[in-house]
Amino acid sequence: MNRTAQRRLAIRTPEGVEFSLVLAGPMTRFLAWVIDVCAIGVASSMIVKLLYLLAFINPDLAIAASTLSYFVLSIGYGIGLEWLWRGQTIGKRVLGLRVMDARGLKLHVSQIVIRNVLRAVDTLPVFYMVGGIACAVNRYSQRLGDIAANTVVVRRQPLAIPDISAILGERYNSLLNYPNLATRLRHRAKPELVEIALEALGRRGTLDPAARLRVFDELAARFRALVEFPEEATLQITSEQYIRNCIEIILKPAVRSVVVHPAAPQEVS
Amino acid sequence: MILDVARFTKAERPYWQELDTLLRRLDDDPGAANSLADAERFHYLYQRSSADLSRLSTFSADPDLREYLQSLVARAYAEIHETRERRGPELHQVRSFRKWFLSTFPRTFRKHIRAFQLSLAITVAGAAFGAAALHFDPQSKPVMLPFSHLMGNPADRVAREEKAKDDHMSGHRGTFASQLMTNNIRVSLFAFGLGITWGLGTVVVLFYNGVILGAVGADYIQAGQAKFLFGWLMPHGAIEIPAILLAGQAGFMLASALIGWGDRTSRRERMGAISKDLLTIAGGASLLLVWAGIVESFFSQYHEPVLPYAVKIAFGSVELFALFFFLLRAGANE
Repeated sequence: MNRTAQRRLAIRTPEGVEFSLVLAGPMTRFLAWVIDVCAIGVASSMIVKLLYLLAFINPDLAIAASTLSYFVLSIGYGIGLEWLWRGQTIGKRVLGLRVMDARGLKLHVSQIVIRNVLRAVDTLPVFYMVGGIACAVNRYSQRLGDIAANTVVVRRQPLAIPDISAILGERYNSLLNYPNLATRLRHRAKPELVEIALEALGRRGTLDPAARLRVFDELAARFRALVEFPEEATLQITSEQYIRNCIEIILKPAVRSVVVHPAAPQEVS
Repeated sequence: MILDVARFTKAERPYWQELDTLLRRLDDDPGAANSLADAERFHYLYQRSSADLSRLSTFSADPDLREYLQSLVARAYAEIHETRERRGPELHQVRSFRKWFLSTFPRTFRKHIRAFQLSLAITVAGAAFGAAALHFDPQSKPVMLPFSHLMGNPADRVAREEKAKDDHMSGHRGTFASQLMTNNIRVSLFAFGLGITWGLGTVVVLFYNGVILGAVGADYIQAGQAKFLFGWLMPHGAIEIPAILLAGQAGFMLASALIGWGDRTSRRERMGAISKDLLTIAGGASLLLVWAGIVESFFSQYHEPVLPYAVKIAFGSVELFALFFFLLRAGANE
């Protein structure tokens, strides 16, 4: 998904730093809930089977215990797991989601209980219709339980420091022979365009050949509109390599120092 | 601004990794004591990472790197700026359940007593409506009381139950109690949760409960079975009805925080401020319903000659008096 299309919760710290969290949409949350319902079903059927062993001693006690255990499990599942796993249930864990305080603070037990108790209202009349509609129209993708508990559900963000060298590769960058144009490109490239180009490079392996060609041709046209490099610098390189070279210029300016600059054609009188 | 992202990442990576390690340690053991030096180091790393994020945000940086730093700063922010009670005291609160139930719960009830009064008024209005409707239009009974065991003539039921020789509850008292508990707790939590509909859903649930109560009362009193009615309802109703009113109270507290009349704070702040009180009231009501379920199954279903009505009514009256004495007085000296 394009990062710019994602719903985000922006938080500005007292230090003046702004960071944002990617919010989970209604469909992802619905799928997480389906997984949780299956987990509750499996767990409760196992408990009921175990409790039915009690029927040999006291059938009344066995039925009472299974009624109570199902009730406790259906209400306590979300509360217990979100408390123990800091905002995650099995479904949320599988799909990389986490419940968080809407102000970016730590999640409190009272918030966990309230959002889980209000699930009964969100599931009305069937299949989370109320919660789903609330989630779709709310700017922070909150269902009613989240609004009451002051919580949001966010997507898990990367925990490892990314390495851009792996995306860019080690190929010779012919555009670096034109330092003036490279500087101009660095100044003119908008963060959004760089973001899209990096996303495309990161996901190039998942695109089919025709789509890959089209995506990189379109992106290359955008970059060419910013700065036009001489033909000899771009001759015989694909649009994809052209994008890779542009991104290398933008994100790794130090590379300039290791390049021996020939006389740039546009500087020759 | 031009930034060599590769060199910048290489230079800053050790600080980010150190902050990440500290955060993981705090995640694993939230109650761990930290020295002043540790806290200062943590604060320094947070500020350094925040500054790094700030630098990256103004530049065409790798979005994955920005996401990583945002995630790191967000986690550290939650640790640094959390001013509410930490997880430790909350765990402690669970352990000192007795203090919570005997002090926090009644004090919270009194703090929001207006919401309880509203809850009571709506139920009383519903009961008056139900009683009046049944009195003036006895044909409306099937509509207002859609329960098979309440459909017949009250005098017939009383005669049948008083003549019963065998213990009709034998062998399924536990099952009945568990069904009553789970159903009543579910209804109460629903009445509370519907507070999110600006209180309208809570009003409907409380009014409907009142209608049923009023209609049953009118039906039995008109049939001259007032003693049976009070003997049947008082032992569990003295706790069950106030518990549902408490759930309604929590619903109106939620609605009030949502609407925020005359309150200049943001909805988020209002919700944050009320959440513990909501949990206390709803939790207290649920516990009362466990007791009510046990009493209804093991006590309320036995009538004269097995159990004299006077005993049952006296038991219910003591419960009701004790409950309101507890809610209005307990924890007042703390």
